[in-house]
Amino acid sequence: MDDLDLDHESVYDGLLGGDSSQWAFGTDFEDPLAGVDTMIPAGVDGAALAAYCLMLGDDALIYAHRLSEWTSNAPDLEDDIALANIALDLLGQARLLLARAAAADASVVPQMPEGSPVPPEDALAFFRDEHAFRNMGYVEALNGDFAVTIVRLLLFSSHRLALLQRLATSVDPVLSAIAAKGVKEVTYHRDYAGRWFVTLAGGTEESRRRLVAGLRTVWPTYAELSRSTQVETLASEQRFGVDPAVLTEEVDAVVDHVLAMAALERPDLPPSGTGPMGRIGRHTEEMGHLLAEMQVVARAHPLGKW
Amino acid sequence: MTTLAAGRTRAREIAGTVVDPEMPMLTLVDLGVLRDVTESEVGVSVTITPTYSGCPAMATMRDDLVHALSDAGYAEVEVKVSLSPAWSSDWITAEGRRKLRAHGLSAPGPSPTGPVQLSLAPVRRAIDCPRCGSADVRLTSEFGPTACKALYQCNDCLEPFEHVKEI
Ligand SMILES: [Zn+2]
Repeated sequence: MDDLDLDHESVYDGLLGGDSSQWAFGTDFEDPLAGVDTMIPAGVDGAALAAYCLMLGDDALIYAHRLSEWTSNAPDLEDDIALANIALDLLGQARLLLARAAAADASVVPQMPEGSPVPPEDALAFFRDEHAFRNMGYVEALNGDFAVTIVRLLLFSSHRLALLQRLATSVDPVLSAIAAKGVKEVTYHRDYAGRWFVTLAGGTEESRRRLVAGLRTVWPTYAELSRSTQVETLASEQRFGVDPAVLTEEVDAVVDHVLAMAALERPDLPPSGTGPMGRIGRHTEEMGHLLAEMQVVARAHPLGKW
Repeated sequence: MTTLAAGRTRAREIAGTVVDPEMPMLTLVDLGVLRDVTESEVGVSVTITPTYSGCPAMATMRDDLVHALSDAGYAEVEVKVSLSPAWSSDWITAEGRRKLRAHGLSAPGPSPTGPVQLSLAPVRRAIDCPRCGSADVRLTSEFGPTACKALYQCNDCLEPFEHVKEI
């Protein structure tokens, strides 16, 4: 008996009266870009566009998964909900970006067995091996305590907000629309992280000690956010993407402002690593564990419907 | 031609009865996510726009639209998702705002315009308690049970309530 038959004999069939669309998520998937013109604009290389979308999509996907680990573990209910919502926003951005990558260059999507109902963006998320992911090592790192998480989120969302604001003028109308929407969401993420950063710094002796330790943990990886690859340089030349190196000054200004509000200095620590390794598929040890957990259910049922 | 025009109005009316799964007091029209309803010889095409990128209610909205229009006799129902322009809480109609309040939710103020600002101070919104009308309310969380809501509590009647966020 194959997976498909198993799924058709779901115990819930009777409850649904055979009407699967009663489920909140449906049992068939919708194309998140349905009705969007995904034609590749003139002067844009489809393969480069796909590679670029994988980078931004994988950053959002892997970071969303990592942040979602706070669910039911955050210091209080409000922050549990906040971090889950931030993860959900990023997951939504990831879905659109991975769907855009698949539409721009179908060859990036892993081959699925015949009859598999898995849509391209899910195939990209759940059926790629580690070396095919293009996210920065920055988003793979373990959450650490709440202070480490807040520092990492502040730097990430400051960078991503600056990036999305520029990407909103991409010559690719799909990327431009995804970015314009993302700006509104990430604005809330940055404010959340910034407020907690200042609150922890000005709170108790213990909260300040933890924040300072968190800053020292995350700071060496900050430089990775603005390291560019050939793909991003090309994306910038063809005006569909942003070279992260040009964002440095703008992001630094935001980070320095928050540090000043928290009465803290930039840590005197050298950047870790030398290149954008994650962008070429070389990941840290934590990535394997993360993917194993994220992909295990989907991989066990390549023909499964949810 | 008359039939087509009449049909378009009818399809729009039917699509306009579909409600948001997470805030069922609001129709998709009240919420401002129903962007277009176009009828052709073969059926009807509806365009909706997501409130947030990761909004899980989109698939339900789509399914409910397909149901409502299929039940009304439309053979082919297509639901398109439009990403641009991005949804704004300003698109919630006056009727939608009235319904939110009637159901104990606080409606969003004007959505932010101009350059994106970092705001490190606690969020200040001039809102009042949907239950007793007191302006003495406090933010308990900027993130609520769904992506589109913040949590508040009234300092006078102590009622906790949800505020639909400006976006
Ligand atoms: Zn009250």
